[in-house]
Amino acid sequence: MESPVTDPALTQTPALSFDHVSRSFGTNLVLDDICINVPPGSFTALLGASGCGKSTSLRIMAGLDRPTSGEVRLNGEEVSGQTAHERNIAMVFQSYALYPHLTVAENMALPLAMRRLSVWGRLPLAGLLSPGVRRVRREINAKVKETAETLGLGELLQRKPAQLSGGQKQRVALGRALVRDPEVFLLDEPLSNLDARLRVRMRTELVALHARTGKAFVYVTHDQSEAMAMADQIVVMIAGKIAQAGSPRELYEQPASRDVAAFIGNNAINFFEADNLPAGLPAETAVYGIRPEHLTPVEDGQMEGVLEAVEYLGAETLLMLRLDNGDEVRAIADGEYEVPASGSRIRLGYEPHRLHAFDPATGKRIAVAVEEQPAPIAGRAV
Amino acid sequence: MALLPRMSIDRREALTTAWLTGPGIGVLVLFIFLPVAVVSFLSFTDYQFGASSFNWIGFDNYAKMFGSRIGRRAMVNTLIYVSIVIPFSVGFGLLVAMGLHRMVNWAPRFASALRTVYFLPVTATLVAMSVAWQMVLHPSLGIVNHMLAALGGTPENWLSDRGLVLYTLAMIGIWQTVGYNMVLFLAGLVAIPKDLYEAAEVDGAGDAWSRFWTVTWPMLGPTTLFVMVVTASNAFRVYETVATLTKGGPAYASDTLVYALYREGFLYFKAGYASAITVVLFVFLIVLTFAQFRIVERKVHYR
Repeated sequence: MESPVTDPALTQTPALSFDHVSRSFGTNLVLDDICINVPPGSFTALLGASGCGKSTSLRIMAGLDRPTSGEVRLNGEEVSGQTAHERNIAMVFQSYALYPHLTVAENMALPLAMRRLSVWGRLPLAGLLSPGVRRVRREINAKVKETAETLGLGELLQRKPAQLSGGQKQRVALGRALVRDPEVFLLDEPLSNLDARLRVRMRTELVALHARTGKAFVYVTHDQSEAMAMADQIVVMIAGKIAQAGSPRELYEQPASRDVAAFIGNNAINFFEADNLPAGLPAETAVYGIRPEHLTPVEDGQMEGVLEAVEYLGAETLLMLRLDNGDEVRAIADGEYEVPASGSRIRLGYEPHRLHAFDPATGKRIAVAVEEQPAPIAGRAV
Repeated sequence: MALLPRMSIDRREALTTAWLTGPGIGVLVLFIFLPVAVVSFLSFTDYQFGASSFNWIGFDNYAKMFGSRIGRRAMVNTLIYVSIVIPFSVGFGLLVAMGLHRMVNWAPRFASALRTVYFLPVTATLVAMSVAWQMVLHPSLGIVNHMLAALGGTPENWLSDRGLVLYTLAMIGIWQTVGYNMVLFLAGLVAIPKDLYEAAEVDGAGDAWSRFWTVTWPMLGPTTLFVMVVTASNAFRVYETVATLTKGGPAYASDTLVYALYREGFLYFKAGYASAITVVLFVFLIVLTFAQFRIVERKVHYR
């Protein structure tokens, strides 16, 4: 680390890191030379479409899968050769993976019992014979009870998973991870089986949980809004490669490539292809992207198009326009905008720093002299 | 429509229910409940096949069965046979299934070939197989005794030694049912979610022993119950091997309930007595099945 470091997180040993990790199944390369740093205490999201390798990465972190090449380090220690159990990690599965024959309390106690009791100590009646086993059992029960209380599961301890709702199962799965005090929490799309309202509530709870434990979380998701809302570091993965890693803000404001720009953001970004650029963009040949929320109707806007459709959403209004070169463009006006009749011509304006330019061949972000764009024609009526 | 007065919705629903369930209930009554009733009735008489009359003799048939050495012998033999076949057939079935389930990952073709081999005895005609077993177990020509002799053991009369014959038949019974149980267990194993094994691995139950007791065995609970019920009811009805290999002999050492029922009913034409044996067998099976479902089912479906 010779370079001058500004971020204190980078001066610490990462809680978990991938050093040029590759994984292939047969000839199919699923992970291609991946490097990830998860700083201690960070909330890192692995974001990507299905099949991009994010779940494989998580499984390699957990020790459920082995990298074909490269190193996995846990607190600086190389752990590629260790099993899931030998690494002190906890994992929450998308399907929750609760043991259906055990009660909530037994489900949560299992990882502790496995760690602290021998094969004989885990037998059902061992507590009657050995005071040592009885003491450990008491400690485990106390710990389970305490964890269950913090998750609001106190009343459900004697239930079987089949008697729980999806949200409750989710909590039990979290509880099973929490009782253990692991180095790193790995969460594999834990909210994707919940209904929309519960999902949003659980986001807040997860963030609070992360703050309370102070441990590093690695969170796999395909939902960019989930990643943006919770994570302090997002690793965007596309086709087995890391497309960009950074804070949600960096990803949103400075997407490193066209694909990242397309993936991030609640509204799909507008792209203008290099070979068919509409009027109102810099002269330089590039693919340009502007997010709909940064393209608003103004009288002296740089671009002009014909209004085709309108979606009124209350706080804002979504406008669909057709530019003169045939491109379809989405723009957002605020909710009070007086929408003109369909078919009218509207001028749209953007702030120069909201314009993203990408290399037409590689899709990588390039710098474009935005100052040289044609100045907006002031005062022209719409 | 106008001809019939419109029925109330309750009446119409009741009629639909009758329509839908009627045929099923009818067949059930005609082919199961009625024969059971007739047999139960006959078991209290001295009816003989072909006779034009019969006398009501109360519990005499049952008294004869429980009072005679031969009757008790058939019952005890059947119970011994069942108590050997159930644990071994279920145990081996599970073992073979787990072995094949693992083998599928590294030798899929070999695994599917082995699966077929294990299943062959189920599809083969047991009577024909019995002939093969007779050859294999033949005291002087059979390969078993030849191998025993080659290894320095003493040749045995597998099918004519009074102390051995029942165990020999039980062994053949196990051989015949392992394949069927294996297929059921394989289906059960495939249905266990992989996530559970991975969760177990993360939780520290990753070694073979803990995996089995934390995930495999509990998740196979419903399958195991079903396998046990099927194996038990088949074992209680053991007949073909007895009929073809030993005829219940020597000296009733391998006599079983169903063979006794066949002998009394179809060789000696004592329909009343045979009916009593049938009822006893029926009671055994009902008690066993109920016990298994009542006791085990609550522990197996995890609700």
